Amino acid sequence: MPLVEVSNLVKHFVRNAGLFRRGTRVTAVDDVSFTIEQGETFGLVGESGSGKTTTGRCLLRLIEPTSGDVRFRGQNVLALSPSELRAARRGMQIVFQDPYSSLNPRMRARHIVEEPLVIHRLGTRTERHDRVAELFGLVGLDPTHLDRYPHEFSGGQRQRIGLARALALTPSFVILDEPVSALDVSVQAQIVNLLMDLQERLSLTYLFIAHDLRLVEHICSRIAVMYLGRIVELGTSAALFAAPQHPYTRALLSSIPVADPDAPRHRITLDPTSFSRDAQLRRVAEGHWAAV
Amino acid sequence: MNLISVAHLTTVFDKPNGPVTAVDDVSFEIREGETLGLVGESGCGKSVTALALMGLIQPPGRIAGGSILFKSRDLLKLSEPEMRKVRGAEISLIFQEPMTALNPVFTIGDQIAETLAVHKRATRREAIGVAVELLDKVRIPDARTRVRDYPHQLSGGMRQRVLIAMALACRPSLVIADEPTTALDVTIQAQILDLLRDMKASFSLSLLLITHDLGVVAETADRVAVMYAGRIVEQGPVRTIFHQPQHPYTRGLLASMPGGAPGRRLRAIDGNVPTLGELPPGCAFHPRCPERFEPCTLEPPLDYPAGPDHTAKCYLHAPR
Repeated sequence: MPLVEVSNLVKHFVRNAGLFRRGTRVTAVDDVSFTIEQGETFGLVGESGSGKTTTGRCLLRLIEPTSGDVRFRGQNVLALSPSELRAARRGMQIVFQDPYSSLNPRMRARHIVEEPLVIHRLGTRTERHDRVAELFGLVGLDPTHLDRYPHEFSGGQRQRIGLARALALTPSFVILDEPVSALDVSVQAQIVNLLMDLQERLSLTYLFIAHDLRLVEHICSRIAVMYLGRIVELGTSAALFAAPQHPYTRALLSSIPVADPDAPRHRITLDPTSFSRDAQLRRVAEGHWAAV
Repeated sequence: MNLISVAHLTTVFDKPNGPVTAVDDVSFEIREGETLGLVGESGCGKSVTALALMGLIQPPGRIAGGSILFKSRDLLKLSEPEMRKVRGAEISLIFQEPMTALNPVFTIGDQIAETLAVHKRATRREAIGVAVELLDKVRIPDARTRVRDYPHQLSGGMRQRVLIAMALACRPSLVIADEPTTALDVTIQAQILDLLRDMKASFSLSLLLITHDLGVVAETADRVAVMYAGRIVEQGPVRTIFHQPQHPYTRGLLASMPGGAPGRRLRAIDGNVPTLGELPPGCAFHPRCPERFEPCTLEPPLDYPAGPDHTAKCYLHAPR
């Protein structure tokens, strides 16, 4: 059984609605289905507005989906009552993109990491205290910095705090929403390596949401490409990069700047008329689907 | 021939706790028709360098030394009215954020026309016609109608095209593009980079491209200067920098990029980018450098030759 099963997920937002105005309906996530196996890193890529972040948040019900089905260990997440949902969230956590805005500036690092334990009423004060110190060590932070405030940490260190907070409840599934894109280039690799180490040590399953395709290729076993709210292609990283099938995937891959002045460049410009928006995913090879 | 020669440029910000050097003894040249890529991470001084070239350093910032020779005049010695004639006309700047660099209450045509009118390149009446031509050149479809659009009616990529059109309006010889594609999606970034390359050829420009993205530099630049903590630590032709990097920082940056066998650990650079004003003594990179040895912690290294047209600020290349 897959750890996470998403079927026909849909999210509508209503834009410009007012007291006497209906507003217009925007479909941010349009009939999205995929599964994530235990222990894998599943990549969700796409450009801004493709619906990748909304999809991630719908899985945790940080945003309520309009319709569809999300199963975590076989349990229907969308059918849970608020108290059941709170219990289920112990198993599934999220790390946000921006380590500057996702940590409360008025809380000490220690309390930021401890907060999930307090909310879930886990352990005595001393036990929580020890657990926070342990988490600090786990993500490579200096335990002597426990009483510092977020602004006293660098971007990379703040992202480690966000990670420690996400891991406090020993989840099995972590959504990583652009976890390194706000960081300096020279620090990104440290966090990527930490994510890979933690996955091994704690047998974590990741949903990795990103726009950096090179990074996704490097750390994800399978990848889904989103375009305007839909998954247009899904397959193993190797298959997707070696033989992209959808015109959008091809355009996207050909746009990645390569850090080699002598690399051959064959830019493919996307022609939106070259494919149907309504095409369904179909199997193009073993473990590889495309909406063509 | 050199279009612009920057020598020993130093920019200081007077903070309450004392002066902080943001740009420290920076020297580089841009030749006619060349693209120089200025690469570095946040806070390394690359944007401050751009502002210094435009004469836009505002208090508490100030230029503490050096010279900027542009067409045989030192820009640092010009009066503000003289500098105003250079800024936007002979040297123009494309900002990072296409969302905030345009004025939301004027049409894009009016904003391009204003640039032309300020520099007396066209009368108000002619200016709209010129604006249409420019929008056409930066491949905005249906320029004749679009010229009456307000910024919010355009996508991010289209706004960046408008900013490029505006930068080109007075036919400058040097365009500074400060992270021109950072806010854009990768497919749009590719289009904008292609456009910049084409514009460079058709307007015979020189380009100073400021970015943190090594991929963008590899695709666009002829020569590269790598900045770290306010200093240029390595400088050379693009192929040399990417194929035979000589400074441990450049090597570390290139080695840390994703690649190689999937799932393998990346070769990260240890430590963090130092905060300006709290730089370590000697070479600012030494606490993170795998190859540091005794002199690195004592005195900042000078630019040492590392090959043809190639220098590295690293004691590994100091003559013994």
